[in-house]
Amino acid sequence: MRREIPLVITFVVGVVFVISYFIPHYPFNEFESWFTDWFSIVGAFAIWLGALNLMKISTLKIVKQKKDWPFSALTIVSFLIIVIFGFYGGKGFRDPGTTFDWLYVYVYTALSSTMFALLAFFVASASYRAFRARNFEATLLLVAAFFVMLGRVPVGDMITGFLPLEYQMSHWANWVMNILNTAGQRAIMIGIALGLVSTSLRVILGLERSYLGGD
Amino acid sequence: MNTRMKEIIATVAIVAFFLICKYVLPKPLEFSPLVSNLIIGAMAVVFIIILIRTLQGKYIERRIVFLLVGIALLLPFFMQFDLPLQVSPEVKATYDALESLPPGSKVLASFDYDPPSAPELQPMADAFMQYAFENDLKVIIMGLWPQGPQQANQSIEAAFVANPALREKVEYGVDYVNLGFQAGNEFVIVGMGKGFRSMFPTDMNGTPYDSIPLVKNITNFGNIDFSLNFSAGKPGTVEWVQVGVDRYKLRMAAGNTAVQAPAVYPYLNAGQIVGLMGGMSGAAEFEKITGKTGKATTYLLSQSSAHLVVIGLIIIGNVAFFREKKGGK
Repeated sequence: MRREIPLVITFVVGVVFVISYFIPHYPFNEFESWFTDWFSIVGAFAIWLGALNLMKISTLKIVKQKKDWPFSALTIVSFLIIVIFGFYGGKGFRDPGTTFDWLYVYVYTALSSTMFALLAFFVASASYRAFRARNFEATLLLVAAFFVMLGRVPVGDMITGFLPLEYQMSHWANWVMNILNTAGQRAIMIGIALGLVSTSLRVILGLERSYLGGD
Repeated sequence: MNTRMKEIIATVAIVAFFLICKYVLPKPLEFSPLVSNLIIGAMAVVFIIILIRTLQGKYIERRIVFLLVGIALLLPFFMQFDLPLQVSPEVKATYDALESLPPGSKVLASFDYDPPSAPELQPMADAFMQYAFENDLKVIIMGLWPQGPQQANQSIEAAFVANPALREKVEYGVDYVNLGFQAGNEFVIVGMGKGFRSMFPTDMNGTPYDSIPLVKNITNFGNIDFSLNFSAGKPGTVEWVQVGVDRYKLRMAAGNTAVQAPAVYPYLNAGQIVGLMGGMSGAAEFEKITGKTGKATTYLLSQSSAHLVVIGLIIIGNVAFFREKKGGK
């Protein structure tokens, strides 16, 4: 039953969503509303489940004194601080001026922005070491990147300022994005969509069971 | 001198630079055009030296790359340059769509991003919020990302700081409302298509939906005049197009990170979204066209110099590559 029940749920929900898209009338639209509400409820519980799982894993790491366990301790302390100040703040805990908001702006925002900003350094380093004109395709990519990187910032137009407006770098970048990029993206999107349809059918029909774990 | 010592010295130098900037130098710190040009010249000389050394087979190490990028990002904050900025057709289309809305129009703004993406998306959100309040557009805020509604609060505050008169003019619940975050990704949009109430029974602070004047008569997307989505990934613009636009005929424009924007262009060219603001440049262009110059315009100078440094490094890297290829290594 541990396998059959999830398979039945997947089949019923999948079929209802597919049918309700093409026949948005009673009773399918009602079914869809129910499942949408359920999805939100399950999603909300999943947030708690994720948080509790994080606590469990971090606690076990500390208890067993595994490698880098102090970071787990820091995770738990940070989590508890945010949760405590969130509950302490009541309904308006996110309003400007609250302790939670202060933590959000001056701790969370600063730390997460710093982590993301490091990408600039890694991208530059990776570009220097790996962005090579090894073959024709790589050279095309390099040339496109050159136009977009220069054209997407004002300095590109400054460099090509002597040219008529329609030949300046920003126009070339727009052309690359609107024509070449769009064509490539569409091809990828169509490929993904076809793959999704076939995979979804396999999941709905119970042929693809890897999401259940095991085989 | 070993590597660890070099790293410690570099860290101390950076911290000292910030402390000097904060406590010693006059504010706002601005380099004169002469100093700015000298710095640019010095950077150019550094690149020429690196190129010559590369041709001699002496390659730079990763730390130098990091240092160059750091300098390229940091110093332009203190430089004064008026770079030419052309407003792209997709940003102009976004502006035109907003301009076409009569006063009192209801605009749904979904904030689907978190602080790491804020440098790109927050400036366009700030400019939009100020524009909306000044033009009497009614803004309904929500988020498919937990942090989104709080980013929206920052935009509201930024609008009030930029134009203090707005603090008195606009009223919460009448001119704008923040419905908060709802879990469920694209299913939230599906649910909103059937009824906003079921997805947002209360606003962000727990006020019942039906007691908020702005939204109590809004049933679903049919009552929304326009939508603007600020997105940094999934769930975001793609989900809004697939559900909100295709299924419920929502009229929409999007503001995306530079990484996400290329994936959104097909929807723009197909007419599914009316406009697109991509990355920092999109934000700066939107600031320019709305006349609300803000952070994006400032940041764009840093981004320009960083792009130049990366292009320079790619060229040098390829010089090294062809040198090795020629040498048969």
